[in-house]
Amino acid sequence: MNTWLAQHWLAIIFTLKQFILTPFASMFSIFVIGIAFSLPVGTYMLLDNIQSFSKQTADTPQFSLFLELNASKSEIETIKQHLEQHPQVISFQFIPKQQALQQLMQVGTSGHAINSLTHNPLPDAFTVTTQHASPKVLEQLYETMQKWPNIEYVQFDSVWTKRLDAILELGRFVTILLATLLSTALIMVIFNTIRLQILTKRDEIEVSKLIGATDNFVRRPFLYFGAIQGFLGGITALAIVTFSILTINKELVFLFDLYSISFQLQHLSIEDNLSLLLFPTWLGWLGARLSVASYLWQIEPK
Amino acid sequence: MIKFNKVYKYFPDGFCALNKITFTIDTGEMVFVTGHSGAGKSTLLKLIAAIERPTSGEIVVSGQNIERLKKNVIPILRRNIGLVFQDHKILFDRNVFANVLLPLQISSFDSKAAAGRVRAALDKVGLLKKEKALPITLSGGERQRLCIARAVVHRPSILIADEPTGNLDAAYAQDIMQMFKSFNQVGVTVLMATHDATLLKDTPHRILALNHGNLAV
Repeated sequence: MNTWLAQHWLAIIFTLKQFILTPFASMFSIFVIGIAFSLPVGTYMLLDNIQSFSKQTADTPQFSLFLELNASKSEIETIKQHLEQHPQVISFQFIPKQQALQQLMQVGTSGHAINSLTHNPLPDAFTVTTQHASPKVLEQLYETMQKWPNIEYVQFDSVWTKRLDAILELGRFVTILLATLLSTALIMVIFNTIRLQILTKRDEIEVSKLIGATDNFVRRPFLYFGAIQGFLGGITALAIVTFSILTINKELVFLFDLYSISFQLQHLSIEDNLSLLLFPTWLGWLGARLSVASYLWQIEPK
Repeated sequence: MIKFNKVYKYFPDGFCALNKITFTIDTGEMVFVTGHSGAGKSTLLKLIAAIERPTSGEIVVSGQNIERLKKNVIPILRRNIGLVFQDHKILFDRNVFANVLLPLQISSFDSKAAAGRVRAALDKVGLLKKEKALPITLSGGERQRLCIARAVVHRPSILIADEPTGNLDAAYAQDIMQMFKSFNQVGVTVLMATHDATLLKDTPHRILALNHGNLAV
């Protein structure tokens, strides 16, 4: 255990020495990683905010059920029972046709035209409030209600939630694409940094291998270096995103005040922040591992 | 301990470095490998530490068949061998002490005991007073001795030296020779390549003479 720790300690010391020996080169690589990573993270953070904003502002989903004109009292009762039993329905209100007509007349402008009608053309109706759910679930609910007896027409304005959902989906896709591309770039950046370091440590690697060092022993310091560089890159990305949120929020307050909406960008959750740090760490490790592997393969006696 | 059986080594360009070499070296023996430059001395030594692989034939070191040894087992083989290189292969970015410490770090030797081992090895080669010196300040002979200290610090059972007296004057060379003899006296199997005929005058030890890749018996 003690010697195992000592080996890792040795590797960490090596990493710190490298950072001290090449402060500018190390810092530049870290900044490259940080800037590259702040792009997908920033997009992700924006999407997260748009989503929660849309949840805040969107009314709870509402359906209007219009009954057939000749629906009897008992048939209305059956639909009431259906609604009471449905798990997703939070509340509903019955609007008899007379009430609907009165409401329409109170609106005013069309009152005169309505007075000239010989009979009430409006059907009985229910307004139904349901739980928040994905457009898909609401779609299913819509179809279920459409199939109930004596229902003439179900109205549900799901178009805008669908649109928003589609836009968010597109945004997520772009984020993933961006993240994939930039992750590949990060691996390459680390690969090259490590390759340069290997070249400066060529003698040490050669001698170590000759006197019985395992590949693990040779690899370890470089893996630490890659991982730590990735980690610091992640921190830089976090700093960039945090700084952006702070500055953008100042502008947003001004903009949204004009629309009298209170909205501020929220930072990512702690879990997201943590994975933001761990992912580049892993990528750095991977880049280093590939770099050392390719070098060890080159010097292997054939 | 070390056994070669019909070993051939061809280089990729078709050059035959070793031609059907067969010999056995017993545990605790001291053997010299001689021959003109290019005779195959270095290649022969490299085959023992699996630094080069034979084209065909059988090589047994410490009871292990090494001609097709798996890549991940080679480090274990090498930790049992002390290597003194013709070109020293000293690391110039660290002091004498750290250079000798390296084999112990590699084999995860306990760090407290390691310092004692390093000083013991430096003492044996007469470099104890220079443990903090940087290799660049050492003379050729001192560098050679540093290389020897590094080769013996982990107490290998086989010591392989490639022209350890190569660029040294006669007195220094005799010194180094005595050093190897003393290692051999404590039971280490020593295999040394040299082209220096004067050094081997009246030696009681066995000589493997190589000539253009052939072993003259």
